[in-house]
Amino acid sequence: MANFTPVSAAIGGVLIGLSAVLLMLSTGRIAGISGIFSGLLNLRSEDKGWRTAFIAGLILAPVIAGFIGYGMAQPKLPANWAVIVVAGLLVGFGTRLGGGCTSGHGICGIGRLSPRSIAATVVFMLTAVITVAVTRHVLGG
Amino acid sequence: MWIIAPLFCGLIFGAGLLISGMVQPTKVLAFLDIFGAWDPTLAVVMAAALAVAIPGFRLADRGARPWFAGEYFRPGKSGIDLPLVAGAALFGIGWGLVGLCPGPALESLATLSPGIIVFVVAMAAGMLLHNAWQQSRLTAQRDRQLASATDG
Repeated sequence: MANFTPVSAAIGGVLIGLSAVLLMLSTGRIAGISGIFSGLLNLRSEDKGWRTAFIAGLILAPVIAGFIGYGMAQPKLPANWAVIVVAGLLVGFGTRLGGGCTSGHGICGIGRLSPRSIAATVVFMLTAVITVAVTRHVLGG
Repeated sequence: MWIIAPLFCGLIFGAGLLISGMVQPTKVLAFLDIFGAWDPTLAVVMAAALAVAIPGFRLADRGARPWFAGEYFRPGKSGIDLPLVAGAALFGIGWGLVGLCPGPALESLATLSPGIIVFVVAMAAGMLLHNAWQQSRLTAQRDRQLASATDG
């Protein structure tokens, strides 16, 4: 547990919760990132304004942080491009089929005490833990 | 000016992912790696977010309508069904493969990292693939219904 950072985690978590609640109170929408993003891919949908604004804010956050001296490090990703593509496809397809991701089910859904979201969160945590265990400890890494 | 609200929410959400370290796949994978050098940070992020979200959503439940919109858009489904479980299972596998879920992936576009761009394009393709599959299933279902209606 050498890398455990509970203080910054708590501050960041409060901000994420606050954002989800504020989006519901102001715009009446669930802050589920996969849902917000997929709505932008649907050419016929007419509510692209708030979706675009939210995602613009999400991308602007590290840009602004960079200006004030807290630039974001380049994310470390697998060297194998095929793994990145397969993971992206699974995340995209899976979040649409399951109706949400870490934010939509894990924060907003559990925040609303929805049994569906609690079940989804348990399932995706479980398969993610198994995937990491297999790739790191069975296949070796 | 209502557009300021979702923009501001996106900024706060991004700041939260940034400060908590959840925007970094290594940090997320360290949480998921319970058989390795386990890092419980993600659990603290979730607990703190829920400590705000649970009372916050209760408050929203009491309001008749949001500040800048006509109505609340809440998910209608309540039952636990196969698409929910299968979808969450597939999402978890993808998440565990690289440590990216949709929020951090989109936020990381700011770094212009080629790997992130490829991931986001693949994620969008996965979403479109799902929509196309759903559409073809609906069409097949309608055709079957039409066929049985003419049979009768």
